[in-house]
Amino acid sequence: MQEVSAISGNSVPADEPKLNYINNGHTLKSWLLTKDHKRIALMYLVSVSAFFLMGGIYAGFIRLELLTPASDLLETATYNKVFTQHGILMVFFFLIPAIPAILGNFLLPLMIGAKDLALPRINLLSLYIYWIGGIITLWALMQGGVDTGWTFYTPYSTTFSNSYVMAVGIGVFINGFSSILTGLNFIVSIHTMRAPGMTWFRLPLFVWAHYATSLVMILGTPVVAITILLVAIERFARIGIFDPAIGGDPILFQHLFWFYSHPAVYIMILPGMGVISEVIAGFSRKRIFGYEFVAFSSIAIAVFGFLVWGHHMFVSGQSIFAGLVFSFLSMVVAVPSAIKTFNWTATMYKGSISYDTPMLYAIGFLGLFLIGGLTGLFLGSVGLTVHLTDTYFVVAHFHYVMVGGQVIAYLAGIHYWWPKMTGRMYSEFWGKISAMLIFVGFNLTFFPQFILGYMGMPRRYASYPEELQVLNIFSTAGASVLGFGLVMPVVYLIHSLFYGKKAADNPWMHPGLEWRTSSPPPTENFKEMPVVTWEAYDFGEESGLDLEDARKREAVTI
Amino acid sequence: MSDNHAEHEEHIGIPGYLVIFLILVFGTIFTYFSSFWDLDSIFPGANTLLALAIAFTKMMFVILYFMHVRWSSKTVWLAAVAAFFWLAIMFAFTMQDYFTRISGVFSV
Repeated sequence: MQEVSAISGNSVPADEPKLNYINNGHTLKSWLLTKDHKRIALMYLVSVSAFFLMGGIYAGFIRLELLTPASDLLETATYNKVFTQHGILMVFFFLIPAIPAILGNFLLPLMIGAKDLALPRINLLSLYIYWIGGIITLWALMQGGVDTGWTFYTPYSTTFSNSYVMAVGIGVFINGFSSILTGLNFIVSIHTMRAPGMTWFRLPLFVWAHYATSLVMILGTPVVAITILLVAIERFARIGIFDPAIGGDPILFQHLFWFYSHPAVYIMILPGMGVISEVIAGFSRKRIFGYEFVAFSSIAIAVFGFLVWGHHMFVSGQSIFAGLVFSFLSMVVAVPSAIKTFNWTATMYKGSISYDTPMLYAIGFLGLFLIGGLTGLFLGSVGLTVHLTDTYFVVAHFHYVMVGGQVIAYLAGIHYWWPKMTGRMYSEFWGKISAMLIFVGFNLTFFPQFILGYMGMPRRYASYPEELQVLNIFSTAGASVLGFGLVMPVVYLIHSLFYGKKAADNPWMHPGLEWRTSSPPPTENFKEMPVVTWEAYDFGEESGLDLEDARKREAVTI
Repeated sequence: MSDNHAEHEEHIGIPGYLVIFLILVFGTIFTYFSSFWDLDSIFPGANTLLALAIAFTKMMFVILYFMHVRWSSKTVWLAAVAAFFWLAIMFAFTMQDYFTRISGVFSV
């Protein structure tokens, strides 16, 4: 097989091609007007990381405030703004775009063997829309911010709040279109741009996950955009939509908001699941167990994810009957997630596992996502949730899913594809230290919050009873470790750009199409149109992907 | 794909689009005036139902003609129908709450 010999021949770094997507144009204009999906992905990487840093600073203030029972670092009104802005920046400007806009943008065309996404101008437009939405939101935050919680619940947001609700709402509204355009681009690309031989069931599971994510983006995001528009209409024109005093219904807002925002959880986690499928298969050197089941479970999550939003509203005034229906469906949506988890574990069983940094993150993901998912069932139970609603149990649960799941998967993906994206290797030693610190710091931060919530500590309060202080000190201490662990990759990844060893085209010896081009790839991705003749995750020795053999050869060469 | 500009012109042409536009304007005016009729005396919510029916009709004209779905491929039809299916899910699951409350906006 011609393609195979190309892989094994590239286990030792070749000279960098004269032109790759990074050095193909050095002017600011060449970046700002680029239509290259890889450059757009890198600009997303910088932008999204900036928002993650800002959201993280807000998180630091929250934990510092909660170090002591009294509200002594921040005034209560300021605290309301701090946790709101933490949520808004993290959810809308980091968690939702992180994996699709960075890794998806960069890798999806490479994985399907295309030169670019189907709609490159639309791709650039989505980045600009993201920037415009982000700038408007940041402007509103600097003017005084918003205190409604990231959920913008009515009637507080429409009637009572004097903060910059509409400015932030407009920022989020605009940002939503970035998401829609990205999803549209992915769906069109997957349907129309696959290389010859790249059948649906040869697609990497990362692509399947992004296909499912894109469906949710397209079908769900317009609803939250319209909902925010309705909030604006009620605030400005006093037309009764959500305010009962003028004929509206506040619970209608929750229905519309969660119709998008629960599936948005799957926008955040599904791409992460795609990353984990790639990493676990790759570092276990085995075809993923039950490929078709994992692929279709992504679609099932996307579909069933739209049917469960009412589990956020069990104590809101929603009818008991609706609560029962939503509770049952919430149990159902756990099934495809469980299928994925079992299949990842089965993939590792008898695999040839190597514990490189991405794999450490992926193993961490399995444990943390499991805890996040199972505690979700507690909250989906219509009886138990009465005790747990609006407590720190909920905070712990969604951080286990969002940070323990999505952020860990994002870090796994960044480390896994960093050599491809930049052409440089990072320090494995510091990578592993960082992965372990993040795992420990994360658990120390959020596990005590399950207990705090079960003991009755409500979320969104700046003060709490003294008997809860010990667990809060644990949580704040853990946040410090977590924060330190998250800063480390920034340092050693940037260091690798200047001093890192040059990466081979296929440093992990993995069979995906993205590893069959140079690192970093040329602007057109592949010198020749790839023709796919192998199945997904084909690690057979006949494919020339014997890792140990390659490492021995590399050692001899050096 | 069969939907190219020349083909649309053959199907409907500029006068056709103007007719559709006038239908939409008429629908808007009709919605305004119908809100003054006391249809709720027939059954509660009848005014809202009529307004929604007019809006649905207008929407169909926009989708079929302005968005060219009428002349599009089956894949585009599938996407359009799927969007309606999703809208139906949103309405159905929201209404299952309202219809099963002890008191609510649809209670008599």
